[in-house]
Amino acid sequence: MLKLLFHTQLSLGLAQAATVAATALIVAWFSARRGAKIGREIPFALLRGLVQILLVGALLALLMRGPWWTSIPLLIIMIFTAASMVRRRVPELPGAYSLSLWCMCAGAGGVILFMTVMGIIEPKIAMLIPVGSMVIAQNMNIQSLFLNRFLGEVGSHRGEIESALALGATPDNAVAPYLRASFHASLIPAADNLRSLGIVWIPGIMTGMMLSGSSPVYAALYQFVVLGMIFTAGGLSCLTATYLAPRRIFTGQQQLRLLG
Amino acid sequence: MNIPVLEAVHLSRALNTPSGPKPLLGGVSFRLGKAQVMAVLGPSGAGKSTLLRMLNRLDEPSDGKLLLNGEDYRNIEPGNLRRRVGMVMQRPYLFPGTAAMNVGYGPAQNGVILSAAQTGDLLDQVGMSGYADRDVSTLSGGEAQRVSIARALANEPEVLLLDEPTSALDDDAKQGIEGLLAALVRERHATCVWVTHDVSQAGRVADLVLKIEAGKAIALGTTEELLGA
Repeated sequence: MLKLLFHTQLSLGLAQAATVAATALIVAWFSARRGAKIGREIPFALLRGLVQILLVGALLALLMRGPWWTSIPLLIIMIFTAASMVRRRVPELPGAYSLSLWCMCAGAGGVILFMTVMGIIEPKIAMLIPVGSMVIAQNMNIQSLFLNRFLGEVGSHRGEIESALALGATPDNAVAPYLRASFHASLIPAADNLRSLGIVWIPGIMTGMMLSGSSPVYAALYQFVVLGMIFTAGGLSCLTATYLAPRRIFTGQQQLRLLG
Repeated sequence: MNIPVLEAVHLSRALNTPSGPKPLLGGVSFRLGKAQVMAVLGPSGAGKSTLLRMLNRLDEPSDGKLLLNGEDYRNIEPGNLRRRVGMVMQRPYLFPGTAAMNVGYGPAQNGVILSAAQTGDLLDQVGMSGYADRDVSTLSGGEAQRVSIARALANEPEVLLLDEPTSALDDDAKQGIEGLLAALVRERHATCVWVTHDVSQAGRVADLVLKIEAGKAIALGTTEELLGA
């Protein structure tokens, strides 16, 4: 229907974005009426998301004309920004920003670097930025889930953790069951995505590649590669967090800090 | 005079808050010899548990000194110190699994695996014979507290800290646990700090009494002197 009204690609795109935003706002309004806190965040998130993606689109259009390495500072900025977003989800965790940064460097950073060296991500801006940003964004979600769950577990098992310490356990041993639970929970969405790939959903990158004329089989294989990278990066960042997070919640005298 | 097993010198703790330090406990001093039991008496919120947590080094003193057999707490690795100064908490906080796994937890942290006979013996001592393979989620409050006592004893601590170990129990279980602890402390010649708000319980179990009110130590003396027991 929109195609009948809008004839240029830009005007059609804006109309499509406006329609989707209006639909999401209606859902947000109903959510807010039901008392859901997230409902109030949605209008701002929609506006922010639209402005950001338009800016990135414009920036990419500029960068495409430059050398491939210009994507490196952009990816680094994305990692720093993602770490800052993770920190906002866990403000009660001391040193959350540097912890997230280390974890994302180990996860998303390590995977993007390794895959580029292996030739799986082509060293081209058109490849590095979209694939890299997908890996970083999903890594951010996994990292947020991990830390959020871990702090929740620590908060609700303070007695058990201090009992373990009181029996002579090291901080790492005292929180080991809660690190395991958080690790498992944070990777469930990424594992489910891999498990349901092609059956429940056909993800965006595959759709995009097919739309731009790639063979559906290659597009499918590459989609698997991207989801594999997301899972690996998430796993690596959470593994790093299992070493670093306990150091943030205990003092040098192996005492559990008061969080929050 | 012999070196006391546990000594506190002007022990204080304050919590750092945005509006400045908030005192929780101040000026606590005592000397506790081998096999002495000291009851820490006071109303809720007086600072009794704060004292006990410092003695187990779960919290750090803001000021003052703690000595274990003459050695400054700060020179002892925290895990090692906590094995030597065992603690039974108000609630048992057992770990998921069997009673035997809970009893063996402390020694396992030091690389020592208890034999089935050793675990059985510890459970016998707390009146839980035959419970080794029982899942702790099926235990009553009193039974769980008995397992937590066996768990603390498994480390063979030099000092035993008891943080109102009977306060979360019903009357029957309360009497049973109090009798059990009093007997265990006597048999093992253990040095013990027993936090309670029950004056009659302090009279029954302690040699010394430390009274705390509103974060201050207000009296220290023998049970006879302070309670007339």
